[in-house]
Amino acid sequence: MIYERPNTVSEAVEILSKSHEKKSILAGGTDLLVQMRSGYYRPSHIVDIKNIPEATQIRDDGDTFLVGAGVPGAQLSEHVELIKAWPGVIEAMDLIGSTQIQGRATLGGNLCNASPAADSVPAMIAADATCIIAGPNGYREEKIENVVTAPGVSSIANNEFVVSIRLAKFKTGRADAYLRFIPRTEMDIAVVGAAVCVLIDKKGICLNAKVSLGAVAPTQVVIETAPQILIGTRLDEETLDKLAKAARASCNPIDDKRGTIEYRTSVAGVLTKRAAKIAFDRAGGA
Amino acid sequence: MKTHITTTVNGEPEEFLCETEQTLLDILRDELNLTGSKEGCSSGDCGACSIILNGRLVCACLVLAVEAEGQKIETIEGMADGEELHPLQKNFLKDAALQCGICTPGFLIAAKALLEKNLNPTEKEVRYWLAGNLCRCTGYDKIIRSVLNTAEEMRRK
Repeated sequence: MIYERPNTVSEAVEILSKSHEKKSILAGGTDLLVQMRSGYYRPSHIVDIKNIPEATQIRDDGDTFLVGAGVPGAQLSEHVELIKAWPGVIEAMDLIGSTQIQGRATLGGNLCNASPAADSVPAMIAADATCIIAGPNGYREEKIENVVTAPGVSSIANNEFVVSIRLAKFKTGRADAYLRFIPRTEMDIAVVGAAVCVLIDKKGICLNAKVSLGAVAPTQVVIETAPQILIGTRLDEETLDKLAKAARASCNPIDDKRGTIEYRTSVAGVLTKRAAKIAFDRAGGA
Repeated sequence: MKTHITTTVNGEPEEFLCETEQTLLDILRDELNLTGSKEGCSSGDCGACSIILNGRLVCACLVLAVEAEGQKIETIEGMADGEELHPLQKNFLKDAALQCGICTPGFLIAAKALLEKNLNPTEKEVRYWLAGNLCRCTGYDKIIRSVLNTAEEMRRK
């Protein structure tokens, strides 16, 4: 097993473009090392991206933030402007694992590990985040919802890697929220995760919305009907009940020890409703 | 193929040879004889191998040893100042915040990282911060009390 630590994006792409059988990108390593240790996966090459400046910084890019794919959760939770702009994304990331895991785990890794239950992914989808992907033909930008294609499978090619995540700056009237249900209070995998982002005007009327669910289908789900249900309303009870119904209709979950199909579907509606209320309050609606 | 790594452990320069597969915990324990960091689960769940890497609390079992090049590592062995125990260590003994002791180095390092960030944590904050450290003996209460007692004591100084 060969370890490489490129200093630039192009060096990394060059390493990835050589024909090594099994290459793994190492960001925080909190999934990769567990997979290696359990014998589930043994890469021939490990490419550590934590010496690449673009992948290890939170950069101000004019209208947006670029969060390096190697930036740990603990660092995100200390970033005042990011918390102000995207409280839902930050709380979703912060729910992943323990303090020790937060010292290493990253948004980029959570995305590329491609788990259906990844906490930060629905939140990034609701926030309309994108990721910057480097490959042999230069950079491309992809919407987060187009990255995870099946459990453990992503649309990132073998010779590409996610350099950073792009999130918009703070905007008055816009806020997000993420809620997760687990059987205990800490340290477990989502039974359901619900992320809601709303944009409201000064009167509290919804102008736009995006809702995404995790752990209820093979990949994260976008509730396509959410904008038409929410736009033009003040997120009153009747509207939220319609949203909960749409959330339940979008579920296609598994049955496992954490929750049955029926239970996950039911909880998805409850969490979506609650997350929508929190996002609406944070946006200044009341 | 072994890689030569130069790093800093508890303020002292250190070097070692390692295979890519080896974790930092493997090297600390088996090569550097720093056996205070314990191996519990090897999957980042139990916190017995907690160390501070460049100022961040992490599990040494989830760090590759090759990643340590040029980094700053703090382990339980560096917590006491010579013969003088850290206030957390003194209070863990005084408050009987341990029984079998396997989880204790991890708890001490994690609690030290918390108090360096926040010397006035609430009980809830302490419990959440230490949620990644498992103890099957104490029932946690004495550990939490001891961390809170230490924080209070350190605030008074």
